[in-house]
Amino acid sequence: MITVEGLSKSFKVPKRSSGLRQATKALFHREHTIVDALKDISFSIEPGEIVGYIGPNGAGKSTTIKVMSGILVPDAGTCTIMGYTPWKDRVSYVQNIGVVFGQRSQLWWDVPVIDSFELLRDIYKIPEVEYKDNLDLLVETLELQSLLHSPVRQLSLGQRMRCEIAASLLPSPKILFLDEPTIGLDAVSKIAVRQFINTINKEKGVTIILTTHDMFDIEALADRVLLIGKGSILYDGKLNELRNRFGTHKTITVDYREHAKRFDIPGTSLLSWSSERAIFSVDTEQTMVSEVITQLSNQVELIDISIDAQPIEDIIVQLYKEYQI
Amino acid sequence: MSLYFNYLFILFKSQMQYRTSFWLLTIGQFLVPLSLFAGLYFLFERFGQIKGWDFYEVALCFAVIHMAFAISECFARGFDAFSSLVHNGDFDRVLVRPRSTIVQVLGSKFEFTRFGRLLQSVLVLVWALNNLAIEWSVIKAITLCLMIISGVSIFAGLFILAATLCFWTIQGLEVVNIFTDGGREMAQYPLNIYQKWVTRFFTFVIPFGTVNYLPLMYILGKSEGNDLLYMLTPVAGIVFLLPCLLVWHIGVRHYRSTGS
Repeated sequence: MITVEGLSKSFKVPKRSSGLRQATKALFHREHTIVDALKDISFSIEPGEIVGYIGPNGAGKSTTIKVMSGILVPDAGTCTIMGYTPWKDRVSYVQNIGVVFGQRSQLWWDVPVIDSFELLRDIYKIPEVEYKDNLDLLVETLELQSLLHSPVRQLSLGQRMRCEIAASLLPSPKILFLDEPTIGLDAVSKIAVRQFINTINKEKGVTIILTTHDMFDIEALADRVLLIGKGSILYDGKLNELRNRFGTHKTITVDYREHAKRFDIPGTSLLSWSSERAIFSVDTEQTMVSEVITQLSNQVELIDISIDAQPIEDIIVQLYKEYQI
Repeated sequence: MSLYFNYLFILFKSQMQYRTSFWLLTIGQFLVPLSLFAGLYFLFERFGQIKGWDFYEVALCFAVIHMAFAISECFARGFDAFSSLVHNGDFDRVLVRPRSTIVQVLGSKFEFTRFGRLLQSVLVLVWALNNLAIEWSVIKAITLCLMIISGVSIFAGLFILAATLCFWTIQGLEVVNIFTDGGREMAQYPLNIYQKWVTRFFTFVIPFGTVNYLPLMYILGKSEGNDLLYMLTPVAGIVFLLPCLLVWHIGVRHYRSTGS
């Protein structure tokens, strides 16, 4: 469905220097640095996938999304999406996609939400029947009924985001680009948005490409992860594999009957200790968890035990460090 | 085209959210050119006529160019305010919608308050026409309409050119105001009162002369030679729009968006 090959894009950025003298000089002669936002990026995405696109700030996530949605023209490389080249066949191509920028609204600020929806219907030339069906479905699943008649500026961020997502799904797109859809949302709204994204993917088969800094988004939604750093793809694969490869540490928390003496278990490192609870970190490549538990039960009288995988956040931080991005 | 009116409708609704501001701005827009017109009036009070043009003839000149300016500022405001669209990244949104960029940018903003300015110029037009002894014919009436369309095209073209510059630089666009505001101020008067090179520039490069001066010679019976040629000069203004649109399309490909 989406094939990206050898995509490159660089920006000319004026050098900013401090000081009045430098600033005056810059009025007449400006020095530029070339920033490679994308360096030879290739990947392909199948219909119906949800792909999480992650990377630190400035890694090139947004640039990729912008190239794929026809906003930017790349310097080199090809990108074929449903047979279109986004920046060449812009008008006929964008009819088939939805784009949500988490930080920018696509609705008209001062008018009721329903007016924006109707204008979008005219812009996308959505047939009346299709529009009505889609609207009914979206209103129901996203609980928009009470919001439709209030102006966008009066909505909370979570309410607005629900409307934004609804707006981009009105024309029944085949691909949905979500650029940080959960940014700034509270826990409840986040979960609602995630559930909804999952639903439309499962029920309507919409292919979804999602950028985010919230790893819980990725965990809840994406089977596949693309990690980008400094303009290159560093990892492309299943989230589970990523976890298996890098997230080999587990934390074991044990509660036990009071035990005055501090104890050590070989092959683990003690993270915290009190007379009733201890937390260990285990590298599962070195030591088996079952071994640790056997050792533990020999030493203390166990009450409770819990084993947690390393949070995905930590894995990503570790990855960023490893690739020095 | 119908989409354009849908845009217009939604923007009108938005504007109506801020009624007080709307009325104040509209009145302001009515008064600003009124002071300009007062200047014109007192000038002629003192001098009687300039290079064979009397007050009402010049008033007609004035009315036509101001009317064209008001209409184009009202409807092509999206291009006039385009730098903000680029600056805050909203042009991204325009590009991911399946319609031409021109219609969408036009539809991004309407300045309804310019109706104040429009009303003022219409009043001057009516006043001037009432006081001029013109032998009206259908052709002359068409010419007058063409003149206004021509003026709107030129201003719109200039706004589009200015907007196109935003693809390369966000700032430093005041330069173009020399041609829009400057052109408007110059073309308030018949072009033959200026230096030769000024007249030539505003006839052949930015054809403001074809909006009012040349066709007015025909309407007022000052023309020599082929009437049809004078009558059709406003077409040059409409032709002026074409290269502007072309340049715009080149500019869009240079759009580089903003980081987010």
